[in-house]
Amino acid sequence: MRPKLELLDGSLVERILDEAFQLIREPGIRVAPYAIELLHSAGAHIVGGVVQIPEALARHALDTAPHEFFLYDRSGNPVVHYGGDDVHYDPGSSCLNILDSETQRTRPAQSADLVQLVQVTEMLPQYAAQSTAVVCDDVPAEIADWYRLLLVLLYSAKPVVTGAFSGSSLHSLLELLAIESGGSEALRQKPRAVFDVCPSPPLNWSEFASQNMMDLARAGVPAEIVSMPQAGATAPVTLAGAIVQHAAECISGITIHQLAFPGAPVVWGGAPAIFDMRTGTCPMGAIETTMLDLGCAQVGKYLGLPTHGYLVAGDGICVDAQAAAESGISAVLGALAGINMISGAGMLEFTGCQSIEKLVIDAEAIASAQRLIQGIEQRSESLAVSMFAQTGLHGDFLKLKETRAFFRTEQHFPSAVVDREAHSVGEAGPNILTRARQRIADLLASYHRPEMSSDREQAMLDFGRHEAREFELPDLVLLGCGLRD
Amino acid sequence: MRLETLSAMKHSVVDGLPDTARKLARQALAQGISPLAAISDGFVPGIEAVGEQFAKRQIFLPDLMASAEAMQAAMAVLDLELRKEGINRPTAGVVVLGTTKGDIHEIGKQLVGTLLAANGFRVHDLGPDVPGQAFAAKALEFGADIVGVSALLTTTMRNQKTVIEELEKTGLRAQVKVMVGGAPVTRRWAEEIGADGYAKDAMGAVALARSLMSAKAQPNSTTVLL
Repeated sequence: MRPKLELLDGSLVERILDEAFQLIREPGIRVAPYAIELLHSAGAHIVGGVVQIPEALARHALDTAPHEFFLYDRSGNPVVHYGGDDVHYDPGSSCLNILDSETQRTRPAQSADLVQLVQVTEMLPQYAAQSTAVVCDDVPAEIADWYRLLLVLLYSAKPVVTGAFSGSSLHSLLELLAIESGGSEALRQKPRAVFDVCPSPPLNWSEFASQNMMDLARAGVPAEIVSMPQAGATAPVTLAGAIVQHAAECISGITIHQLAFPGAPVVWGGAPAIFDMRTGTCPMGAIETTMLDLGCAQVGKYLGLPTHGYLVAGDGICVDAQAAAESGISAVLGALAGINMISGAGMLEFTGCQSIEKLVIDAEAIASAQRLIQGIEQRSESLAVSMFAQTGLHGDFLKLKETRAFFRTEQHFPSAVVDREAHSVGEAGPNILTRARQRIADLLASYHRPEMSSDREQAMLDFGRHEAREFELPDLVLLGCGLRD
Repeated sequence: MRLETLSAMKHSVVDGLPDTARKLARQALAQGISPLAAISDGFVPGIEAVGEQFAKRQIFLPDLMASAEAMQAAMAVLDLELRKEGINRPTAGVVVLGTTKGDIHEIGKQLVGTLLAANGFRVHDLGPDVPGQAFAAKALEFGADIVGVSALLTTTMRNQKTVIEELEKTGLRAQVKVMVGGAPVTRRWAEEIGADGYAKDAMGAVALARSLMSAKAQPNSTTVLL
């Protein structure tokens, strides 16, 4: 039996959707001019930049949105399944800072940090996808979005969770992906990446977000709505109320998206959070934030849509017990909820900072969560009696053939990040940071840059150089401190 | 009776009751309490107590907002009376606030504005997505002592520098203090762009604004307020 956790009962889900449909009609959704005509011609009522979306129009969009799709690796294998209760994890996206490995102090992230994050993520099977994890401070802000993607594509063969920083730069990212996939049609057939697109709470699809939704739909590249109600600040304080707002933002986004191109892949996703009434921050490690993610995803699942959430992130600025507890709890709960893509691993400081040490520690919590949802299975006809028939009361189970046959599937073996050694009294074992650093060193030592056709690699580098020509970047920076195998 | 009214005023702010605060302000005037006394001996002790309680984490942001609203409700009544009497209420300072161009985030800025107003500053909130030139034009129009610039995104944070450049261009920089804030903003950034101050939260912004005003009053002071 696959264990499953739901926080909302059926009637509450219905009630949430009912109120979400009410909200998109009255007060309606603020939508940028880019999408207004599309909505107007489909029958939505427009009053001064606010669109009142009739329920029937929205329901039609929910019907045309696909219930599942895949993201593909560089070789064209379907490796991320958005749909059903399948669960995948990727590192949190777009951090501005990194926790320096040596000093354990935050500093602006550089290209070399991103390369290292990508390499470590590539080596960890717990992460089904990469993310464009940090914004590189050593390149101009104007090129920061596609530059991150270029580095990820050069150093990884896994699917990518990414996003554009403006309406126009989306096309640079799509072009890079098309080069890597062998053309825009190949990209549409086997998308390598999903793009996060964020409405602004409450109920506002900005020019940039509307444009991204429509252009992604037309390109056939999956869009992942990241609705971010902050309960108590930019959204109702009650968890149920914030989930209604999330649903309204997702439904209106899907309406824009499906009107632009019916049947294009789209994800019911988000990064909801509570608003801490003492500090004015949005704690990602709060249990209520996790509850919001689970509730929001449950509503999406009820509609049969692929889902996403933002979990496995912590709020302190140290790789410590708080970070491990926050991330471990949400990694497990997200898995139990069957959220298709769970972003956030490695993150600290309310999504502001990435830590490679935390990323490898989180991978252990994720592995435990992945084991958990495999559940407890009946592996043999007799559960225990036949084994007792062999050993009697001697207890020699270690010798049994069943033990050898089943222990690998019954038990997950964590890496040396998790200390399970027997220690003598008084012995000081290596702490978690030391163990994580060793793990990173081991992973980097075994990393090899995935093979790529030299033509395509050259075309991507040429594209990068051309796009960045006006910024006179040193070539070494453009290549993420030099392509390394 | 007077003491009781003053104490009730304080409590109306502490408890965050705008209707009660407004009623007490009117009652005070009816009892012959001067508007200035009502402010300084009645309502200000309330907002000061609230600030202390918030700093000790005994009360929370929604409580703080309610108290600020109660304070503003009372001040609206008392300010009107002062104007009738031709008295200029000494303000703690004139502040022009806004979120930088390209940025539509407002919560932090509104919180700062509300608390500054509750603490005696005259606040002109220009809203979100404000170009540098508009900051300068409004600073001139309102005779601002302080310009507060908020930004939530790293991409829009750079526009905080533009505001300072515009103030320089229009020749206002010498008489206007600039404070910056917002999630990605750091002390280092504030120093880098030549701002006069940075605070990490709304209560910190009130303390900062007060110290900027003291620095302004002593133009020869070389105190660095970062």
